[in-house]
Amino acid sequence: MSGNKKNEYVSYLEHQGKYKGIFSWIFTLDHKRIGLIYMYAIIVLFSIGALMGLLMRIELIAPGETIMKPQTYNGMFTVHGIIMIFMVVIPGLSVVFGNFFLPILIGAKDVAFPKLNRFSWWVYITGCGLAIASQFMQNGPPDTGWTFYAPYSTTTGSNVIMATFAAFVLGFSSILTGLNFIVTIHQMRAPGMKFFNMPLFSWAIYATAWTQLLATPIVGITLLMLIAERLFGIGFFNPSLGGDPVLFQHLFWIYSHPAVYIMILPALGVITEIIPTFCQKKIYGYKAIALSSLAIAGVGFLVWGHHMFTSGMSDQARWFFSFLTFLVAVPSAIKVFNWLATMYKGSIDLKPPFLYALSFIFLFTIGGTTGLLLGSVATDVQVHDTAFVVAHFHYIIFGGMGFAFFAAIHYWLPKMYGRMYNMKRATIAWGINFVGFNLLYFPQFILGIEGMPRRYFDYLPQFQPLEVVSTIGGFILIGGLIFMISNLVQGARKGEIAPANPWHGTTLEWQIPSPPPLENFDEAPIINPNPYDYK
Amino acid sequence: MANNVSHITDYKVLARVVLILMSLTLLTIFVTSFHLGAFSVTVALLIAGVKAFFILTYFMHLKYESLLLRLLVTMIFVLYAVIILITFIDYAYR
Amino acid sequence: MSEKEIHIEVHRDDEASKLGMWLFIFTELLLFGGLFLVYTVFRAEYPQNFHEGSLELSVTIGAINTIALLFSSMTVAMALSAIQKNNRKLAMRLIAVTLLMALIFLFNKYIEWSMKFEHGLYPGSPLMPHLGRGDLMFFSLYFFMTGLHALHIIVGMVLLTMCFFKIKNGTLNYQKYIHLENGALYWHLVDLIWIFLFPLLYLIT
Repeated sequence: MSGNKKNEYVSYLEHQGKYKGIFSWIFTLDHKRIGLIYMYAIIVLFSIGALMGLLMRIELIAPGETIMKPQTYNGMFTVHGIIMIFMVVIPGLSVVFGNFFLPILIGAKDVAFPKLNRFSWWVYITGCGLAIASQFMQNGPPDTGWTFYAPYSTTTGSNVIMATFAAFVLGFSSILTGLNFIVTIHQMRAPGMKFFNMPLFSWAIYATAWTQLLATPIVGITLLMLIAERLFGIGFFNPSLGGDPVLFQHLFWIYSHPAVYIMILPALGVITEIIPTFCQKKIYGYKAIALSSLAIAGVGFLVWGHHMFTSGMSDQARWFFSFLTFLVAVPSAIKVFNWLATMYKGSIDLKPPFLYALSFIFLFTIGGTTGLLLGSVATDVQVHDTAFVVAHFHYIIFGGMGFAFFAAIHYWLPKMYGRMYNMKRATIAWGINFVGFNLLYFPQFILGIEGMPRRYFDYLPQFQPLEVVSTIGGFILIGGLIFMISNLVQGARKGEIAPANPWHGTTLEWQIPSPPPLENFDEAPIINPNPYDYK
Repeated sequence: MANNVSHITDYKVLARVVLILMSLTLLTIFVTSFHLGAFSVTVALLIAGVKAFFILTYFMHLKYESLLLRLLVTMIFVLYAVIILITFIDYAYR
Repeated sequence: MSEKEIHIEVHRDDEASKLGMWLFIFTELLLFGGLFLVYTVFRAEYPQNFHEGSLELSVTIGAINTIALLFSSMTVAMALSAIQKNNRKLAMRLIAVTLLMALIFLFNKYIEWSMKFEHGLYPGSPLMPHLGRGDLMFFSLYFFMTGLHALHIIVGMVLLTMCFFKIKNGTLNYQKYIHLENGALYWHLVDLIWIFLFPLLYLIT
């Protein structure tokens, strides 16, 4: 057994298992390798989605038809939405970094059910394959938008059944991952690690996993009903058959609003890990942050109606949902203020992960405050279904979850691959991304208030200046992303060897060598009652 | 291992529970012969709820499980009730 | 290369498996929960049609099926007790009874559905769109809910059949019975859902 030779170990990257070559990855049971193959899949899908976004931006550079037909544009924003939401951001952080780091952070050798974990990845890839195939089948790509709103989705001739089925399959994978993580956290914590000794990323994953587990079945059954409706003309959601299209929206958002928290909670967790490390300071308000994750997940279940203010819902429901929506701001603000309090008088080190974390707070705050505008009924009626909404959710999803993903990858890459990327280039890439992002999405707030609708491939001539600015921002952002990814790939493959603890972090992943050995801990880890113990 | 101490339910207890469940089934059919109007759904759900309680407690061994698991099961039903309730804030006032 | 023997630890954690099963049951409950939500909305909208629709269903068959499922729930719970007491023969017999009850349930369901089919009542039939809106909604929900439930019955039967053969070859025994425990939990879930389906579909006044 290991342990005899202390300094010699076999990392998970070098370890030879039963299978060779690519099979040693897709048949692996190691949570770290599974995390990486999720990451590769997500990067590929993200690139496809981003390319589609850029094509849409090019289309919008001038009024009228520029590079594509209206129906192509409809397919484009639908597929962009399906890829980005269901395959990139919903699994995103939790399957990549949750898989890789959750067991390490709680001192475990693996997740509770490694085979189920591998199975989830296969299901995920199957779902991705189905969704992408739905674009090329005979009836043409779905044109409903990623929300599949009825009754249009029950009557359109495009390929909705396959796309919804793909979303169902992806949801199944998400449920299994959530289940696995909850059991892992309950059963696999190292001896001596209580719930309140866990690093806060684990708390975030825990809250996320519950949301995945409890919300996803509702959308699953909804999508099945939609498929049945298209196949058999049942009419649950079709008013001409006695159904109720608003009911579809209810069911859809009962899942899809909590799904927003599935996206953002792990992002908040990542930021909570990065800030104390780069301030070399104990996190401020550990328990408040831990419990606010659960509070966000809990309240997040009850606010779905704020997506439906203009759907013909009753007035009582509208003010009630509006009221509940404002409640979510409380636990979110708890986190932001605790981060700021942690930074106060810390010895701040402006390395790329921390820069991404800072820009996360900035962008997330813009996204959050514009969210309050959308959460109050009166203003929402004005800007509903305009570019304002597009800008808002891109600030939350891309500026929030996306930038947190970049932060995480810059933070943990030396641990995952044992090599360091070029710090200077990473900083420049961050600058380009930040500028490009704001240039791309901020004009859309103004456009939306001026009345530019979302999902339109054409617009009035007076919107053109801002649309052009936005498109330029799109090109800058894509350039920055390519630069960032190439720098990371180069770092992971040929970068200089990274020490075990390059950022002087205190959580458990920094106590083991980089890249970690197969079973993470060759010796039992030392559990510190406070995971953020900076002297 | 924890399951070495796990509880073994007596056959007699299980048989008694199933008798209760079957009589509740007959009861729920029987009450439909009265015209309770709006309350008939309430009564039907109440009886179904009692039956569900027996199945969860005895057949699914919740009585002998940890407090945590019992709380989680309760939480699921509460969450579901809240979701129905909130949805009906819309439908009741439309 | 592998100068060191490193394996992913093949440890067994029955507590974890059971917790995992419970979490899966939660998702199943909410899956049907979504359907029940749809049901509630439409029942509130079309109370009269739902009442008339339920008169078309046979309470007798529904009641027999309820009794059969309740009985099967008891036998599977007894099978678990039997294997815990290391009584393999009894456990296998009890599982066989459970499977028999499940077959009776499915057979009744088949009779019931084919009676509807004879009258041209099935999803996608030419008759269905000509029904009243409330009637259409009732029968759509009836087929969707009982269909999905029957699918769960079949899955449960597969799980229990696997347990049966595992007991037979000894891999499932009085020391290691988590598979039967989880299979039984799943079976009780199927029963639990039927307990709500029965009054909500057959006994609408």
